[in-house]
Amino acid sequence: MRAAVIVFPGSNCDRDMAVAFERATGHAPVMVWHKETALPDGVDVVALPGGFSYGDYLRCGAIAARSPICQAVAGFAAKGGAVLGVCNGFQVLTEMGLLPGALMRNAGIKFICKSTELDVVSTDSPFTSAYKPGQRLQIPIAHHDGNYTIGDADLARLQGEDRIAFRYADNPNGSAGDIAGVLSENRRVLGMMPHPERALEPRHGSEDGLALFQGLVGLLETA
Amino acid sequence: MKARVHVMLKNGVLDPQGEAVRHALGALGFDGVDGVRQGKVIELDLTESDPEAARHNVMQMCEKLLANTVIESYQIEIL
Repeated sequence: MRAAVIVFPGSNCDRDMAVAFERATGHAPVMVWHKETALPDGVDVVALPGGFSYGDYLRCGAIAARSPICQAVAGFAAKGGAVLGVCNGFQVLTEMGLLPGALMRNAGIKFICKSTELDVVSTDSPFTSAYKPGQRLQIPIAHHDGNYTIGDADLARLQGEDRIAFRYADNPNGSAGDIAGVLSENRRVLGMMPHPERALEPRHGSEDGLALFQGLVGLLETA
Repeated sequence: MKARVHVMLKNGVLDPQGEAVRHALGALGFDGVDGVRQGKVIELDLTESDPEAARHNVMQMCEKLLANTVIESYQIEIL
């Protein structure tokens, strides 16, 4: 499986993301700078990492979503490519319109950096198939703008289509429906605020994130 | 020609920052503030000299970048 990690000015979880893919696949992913206009050939999954792309200017993820490489990422997703956006990457995916809703300032105003408990909701995606429905995971969050906001009708649609990947056990940021991660309509784009790449080994305090990357290996290789 | 764009959260979208400002005003003794909404103002210097064309262009800019129409509304002033 070949992974690409997009690097924006201000990304700061790109190397953690690269470590996660390397740990799961045995191969270092290709790092792709935001000014590139095309993805490398043969890429199976693209990751948009956490950080503060373009200094969070205008809105979190807004400028990144209009960068040259994101045109290529949109094309890749439109052809059924798998895309993972974590934290700022999730914000970029909503700004690109690849996922519904928006991420607003945390309801309690504060930046929150702590371990959270997540419940796996949908296992019907390449990212979550290695988990069990209802499985409780320990995955850290670190964000200021993770308050997932979506209209009632769209929220009902997400629920009806089983597109909620993860919910917070104890909602830290005011997110609608306790949502921590959502899937696209074709289930091949996942955006999530918690950082699975920061939960890979016992020294991280949790290994629960590793299965997300390991699960991709078999599925995307057979696809 | 200049344009000024006001971007505000849509009605019904909770504004945590506005709420924090409202609380801070209360703490300073400013009673009678029922609600605070925080938005942003973006000023553009345009080469376009036709007001209608300018408004049309700025509207495109708002739809494509300046506002996130999922949660925000915008108003355009041509100056």
